[in-house]
Amino acid sequence: MRYLPHTDVERRDMLAAIGAKSLDDLFADIPQSVKDAALFDLPEHLSEMEVERELAVLASENLNCGNAPCFLGAGAYRHHVPAALDYIIQRGEFLTSYTPYQPEISQGTLQAVYEFQTQVALMTGMEVANASMYDGATACAEAAAMACRVTKRDKVLMSGSVHPQYREVTRAALKFAGVQVECLVPDPTVVDDLTALVSNDLACVVMQTPGFFGHLQDISLLADTCHAQGVLLVVCITEPVSLGMVKLPGDMGADIVVCEGQSIAGPLCFGGPGVGLFATREKFVRQMPGRLAGQTTDQDGCRGWVLTLSTREQHIRREKATSNICTNSGLIALAFSIHMTLLGEAGFRSLAELNHAKAVSVAEQLEAIDGVRIEIPAFFNEFAVNLPKPATQIAEVLAQEGILGGVPASRFYPTQPQLENVLLVTVTETNTDSDLETFFLAMKEALA
Amino acid sequence: MKSNGGETYSGHRGLDFDQFLIFEQDTPGVTAVDMPVPSHHRERLGSLKRTTKLGLPGLSEPDVVRHYTRLSQRNYSIDSGFYPLGSCTMKHNPRLNEKLARLPGFADLHPFQPVSTAQGALKLIDRLAWWLKQLTGLPAVAMTPAAGAHGELCGLMCIRAALEAEGDARQVVLVPDSAHGTNPATAALAGYRVESMQATSKGRLNVQAVKERLGSDVAAVMITNPNTCGLFERDAIEVADAVHDAGAYFYMDGANFNAIVGRLRLSDLGVDAMHINLHKTFSAPHGGGGPGAGPTVLSKELASYAPVPFVIHDQDGFRVEEHAGRNLAANSYGRMKGFHGQFGVFVRSLAYIMSLGIDGLKQASGDAVLNANYLLTRLSQEFTPSFPGPCMHEALFDDRFLKDTGVTTLDFAKAMIDEGFHPMTMYFPLVVHGAMLMEPTETESKATLDQFVHSMLCLARKAKAGETNHFAQAPRFAPLRRLDETRAARAPILRWRPEELRQAAE
Repeated sequence: MRYLPHTDVERRDMLAAIGAKSLDDLFADIPQSVKDAALFDLPEHLSEMEVERELAVLASENLNCGNAPCFLGAGAYRHHVPAALDYIIQRGEFLTSYTPYQPEISQGTLQAVYEFQTQVALMTGMEVANASMYDGATACAEAAAMACRVTKRDKVLMSGSVHPQYREVTRAALKFAGVQVECLVPDPTVVDDLTALVSNDLACVVMQTPGFFGHLQDISLLADTCHAQGVLLVVCITEPVSLGMVKLPGDMGADIVVCEGQSIAGPLCFGGPGVGLFATREKFVRQMPGRLAGQTTDQDGCRGWVLTLSTREQHIRREKATSNICTNSGLIALAFSIHMTLLGEAGFRSLAELNHAKAVSVAEQLEAIDGVRIEIPAFFNEFAVNLPKPATQIAEVLAQEGILGGVPASRFYPTQPQLENVLLVTVTETNTDSDLETFFLAMKEALA
Repeated sequence: MKSNGGETYSGHRGLDFDQFLIFEQDTPGVTAVDMPVPSHHRERLGSLKRTTKLGLPGLSEPDVVRHYTRLSQRNYSIDSGFYPLGSCTMKHNPRLNEKLARLPGFADLHPFQPVSTAQGALKLIDRLAWWLKQLTGLPAVAMTPAAGAHGELCGLMCIRAALEAEGDARQVVLVPDSAHGTNPATAALAGYRVESMQATSKGRLNVQAVKERLGSDVAAVMITNPNTCGLFERDAIEVADAVHDAGAYFYMDGANFNAIVGRLRLSDLGVDAMHINLHKTFSAPHGGGGPGAGPTVLSKELASYAPVPFVIHDQDGFRVEEHAGRNLAANSYGRMKGFHGQFGVFVRSLAYIMSLGIDGLKQASGDAVLNANYLLTRLSQEFTPSFPGPCMHEALFDDRFLKDTGVTTLDFAKAMIDEGFHPMTMYFPLVVHGAMLMEPTETESKATLDQFVHSMLCLARKAKAGETNHFAQAPRFAPLRRLDETRAARAPILRWRPEELRQAAE
């Protein structure tokens, strides 16, 4: 067994040193009846070659998005991943280290986290960001919980613009915490008029821009309305590439911004692992969940970084902690940070512009097809398309032709008939002109 | 920023590079990613187009690669050395698993592509779930929790949903004082009041006290087994029976599963729910703090309350049940996470499990326990073990052997850094003074353990000989000396700011 270094002789010598007759002596505390019952009918070990062969078969039973024109989004986005990024995150010093509990020998991770926190703060227009959460959906739930702590209120209002799975995760996470989570009915044609619903018993309003159906929203007025009632405004972002060219939630008055970072961090991976970004205002930092790296000096006066403000966290505060999170999404946060460093200000804007230009081009083509409507005045790289036929049927027809042509909204809302014909279409820089052409022709034919 | 006390002009010390922040390496306009200029220029951003700059730095690709390479060299890792961090299971991370997770048929899959085009991925999730159920003897597993603490929450939510379905509003969860901090934090998130239970002087659960406390207000008992003192809770079955008799549920924290894989089934211990840290027991890399995955196995009483989504297999192939309250998920309490869970971690862990097989998994837990007992025995020459052995996969010492030396557990840990070892877990569990919790794992050779023991014994003798300064000054050979954590917390600097902003703020 290639991962186990001991020889039988060494095992015997070690048992002798311990003073045990057999390995079983060391398991003497486990009741014999329990040990006797432990009979497993399971496969034995395999060579590296055999494992690789078996799993490669499973991999081949999937249609990978690189082999099909792919227009899928709905919270997970396919972008080009620079080769340098994947190389760096496979360096063993990053890949195989633990949480940086010993700062003197973890400066690599800690400095990278500090840079990540700064990048996230800059990109969202917020003051501080943490070291990461599991994903966008759990970050959203944590934001709502934090708003309840800050405001000492227990009612949360979630817009129809928020990703349905984020709404479900938030609802489940707060289910037993005595918090009432109200979710508005999703409407792909308009944005919710949330300002009319803000009241002084709400802890927060949660909305998303670009929204689940693609809408970009100016939230300045909503933020003012919330603040006048002591309500926090939580903004979710599932496609952070949009931040390369749209106004920042922080600049428009958001109090907490949460993002799914996958679209920048790396491959789709069937939806996980992703990385949750979490940013807020400085005055709320002690109510924030998750780890934080902070700058300090060592005993020679040299600059360095440590994990800090851990009195918020479970290993110190136990049942009074701001969250139970321990392991977060460190390596994916690093990947996110590396990509942002590779892009820089100029590259990030170019990437966003390319996405938007291609998306506008596809939208214009689709609008030219009879019966197709796009009722989104402002969008980034994703938009809801109203089809003259059920979207699931069209998506299946396209899939049979090897085109991943969009995500039917009914997959998320099977009981909402008004969404039956709604297809979410995403276009990124990875879509070639020939992809666009193929998609347009296939769509035209499927709808004819 | 000079960081070496003026020993060199550059601030570097040979291979130890002092690296500026990316923000201090900015050349405006530079980017390491080139892409085609769009041919299409119409915009549909409404009034939302941003005209301001973000302030992100511009670096070239060579500079970016060098930056992160240098940063990486300032990290300790399991690839580079022995990492006996108790409760963390820092074992070797095979590169086969990385290679397989990167196959385009796994890495380049969209969570919402038609399920007919993702049958292999669903089969993989199903196969890993099958292994986890077989290895634990429990009939169901919720695959989506993202980490251990998230799995704990999944288990407690299922317990609460099950109790509430019977109209039973219990309010208390009992947690031993030796538990990981996540246990009480999780119980509180599930809306429970946490009551702490004291361990016996032997480092184990006080069965009598648990029995006396059980009653109609107790929803669950959370126990780590083997516990954080490195001991197997011999009376687990008796506790489970008492818990069930009282109408409560038995949650087992699976952080220490590595000690017992292939040697017992949780079903035979009366466990109702346990999370499995795939990034510990099943070798997905820790990545400097994640990602992990915490699939949670469930008893038949809890199974129907499991969170969505889950994979179903029928005559038409594999499907996903994605909606709570419908069909097979009629009782599901809801959703824990977006998409289908930590799929990339599943690929790695399945590759690891298949590589070892049941024979290898059993050998691995055996070697993990053997290694821990070897450390326990050999270090006992100079160290003070908190409890008599045998231990399971980790060995617990306290600081009695340092009494009157002026050396603390922290000082000792920092001296280990100079010896080239990652320190053990310190000051945890809280039930002994100045705890030193060592988990060697099965992937360390006897030669490595012998080297480690040698250094540790020498250090202990040095401490006892009164060479306090050696410890107070440690580490001396790390990239940085001891860092001022108090200062970091008193006036937190949590992000870089341009000099002018920083000055204006002061």
